[in-house]
Amino acid sequence: MNESSKRSKPITLDTFWRGVWKENPVFVMVLGLCPALAVTNTTFNALGMGLATLFVLVCSSALVSLLRNVIPKQVRIASYIVIIATFVTIVDYAIHAISLELYNALGAFIQLIVANCVILGRAESYASKNRITKSVVNAAGIGIGFTFALLCLGTVREILGSGTILEYPIFGDAFQPWVVMVLPPGGFFVIGAWLLLFSWLKERKQRRVVQQEEAARAPG
Amino acid sequence: MHPDDLSFIFLNAFIINNFVLAFFLGLCPFLGVSAKIETAWNMGLATMFVMLVSSLCAYGVNILLVKFDLEFLRLICYIAVIASAVQLVEITIKKISPVMFRALGIFLPLITTNCAILGLALFQTFKEYNFLQCLAYSAGAGAGFTLALMLMAGLRVKLDLADVPSISQGSAISFMLAGMLSLTFMGFAGLGGH
Repeated sequence: MNESSKRSKPITLDTFWRGVWKENPVFVMVLGLCPALAVTNTTFNALGMGLATLFVLVCSSALVSLLRNVIPKQVRIASYIVIIATFVTIVDYAIHAISLELYNALGAFIQLIVANCVILGRAESYASKNRITKSVVNAAGIGIGFTFALLCLGTVREILGSGTILEYPIFGDAFQPWVVMVLPPGGFFVIGAWLLLFSWLKERKQRRVVQQEEAARAPG
Repeated sequence: MHPDDLSFIFLNAFIINNFVLAFFLGLCPFLGVSAKIETAWNMGLATMFVMLVSSLCAYGVNILLVKFDLEFLRLICYIAVIASAVQLVEITIKKISPVMFRALGIFLPLITTNCAILGLALFQTFKEYNFLQCLAYSAGAGAGFTLALMLMAGLRVKLDLADVPSISQGSAISFMLAGMLSLTFMGFAGLGGH
């Protein structure tokens, strides 16, 4: 894409919405998979992880964008990582103080947000080239898209694996939990299934467009 | 086997709790560079080497941090250590073996953002391993990463010849494969005995 034309464009709804849907970090760009699969065995964990990532993403994008003319080009990646690590440390201590239960469930994965390539990718490809408001709006979109994807995975895995939503049972006593879904293989299967669903919908849409074009071209 | 035995620690990181298939660490290179067996092997070796170096450095840094009561800086220090370890490995390989440097070239800088390496440093701190245990743990994790990467590469080479439905081409079918691989690795869970 042309960078100069992108920079001159004003903030539109698309700046935000693109991150949620068209450029969804997990389902479309297939980035940030480690947290997306590791901590989505319950809806609650998925929500906690999504919000923590959203916070780090927005704050680090804002700071990177503010400092974009100060940071020398040669050491930019190292600087971005230090900025991200600072915010992750804040989130780590904040979650520890707010909810010990969530802190224990997420474990080392809160600190591993540092290595989430979605955040570094945003800093490198967007925040370092755009003004602060635009970067923040875009980062918020990506962060919400990430949270949405995590919730998609988390709810499915919790419903199938333990028969509950947010620990509220939705099936009767006769329900036999599909335990493998909350175990590691379940994560791979569920994200695979979501990707299948999305590409099926995409293909169906394309086929319909082709059919309409053919119908329009046909005589009479 | 006792959980503190070196052989158990190695085996634990190698297959029982494989970093990729049980902890979901390092998935980006796992899916990104597993298209060819040769690149998978090179990437695995490079990662293993960086894991060994950065794990030992992290061990030393952690001792210093604990001594000066600066644990809140752990994350920032670890990431800095890993970034410098990667740089160090890059310079060393370039000096010692230009052939291997050219083969690994693009993959080396990518290792910095491999969460398996940061995960290794964090896990060994949580588990309070001593020097030798750290060595065994990082060797096991590196070997496990290489093993997972090689298995996946082998499967994907075969997958290229398979006739899969058009909608499942690309990442969807890779995830399904990884799930099955992960399912098989769960069979090793009994090996630990607890």
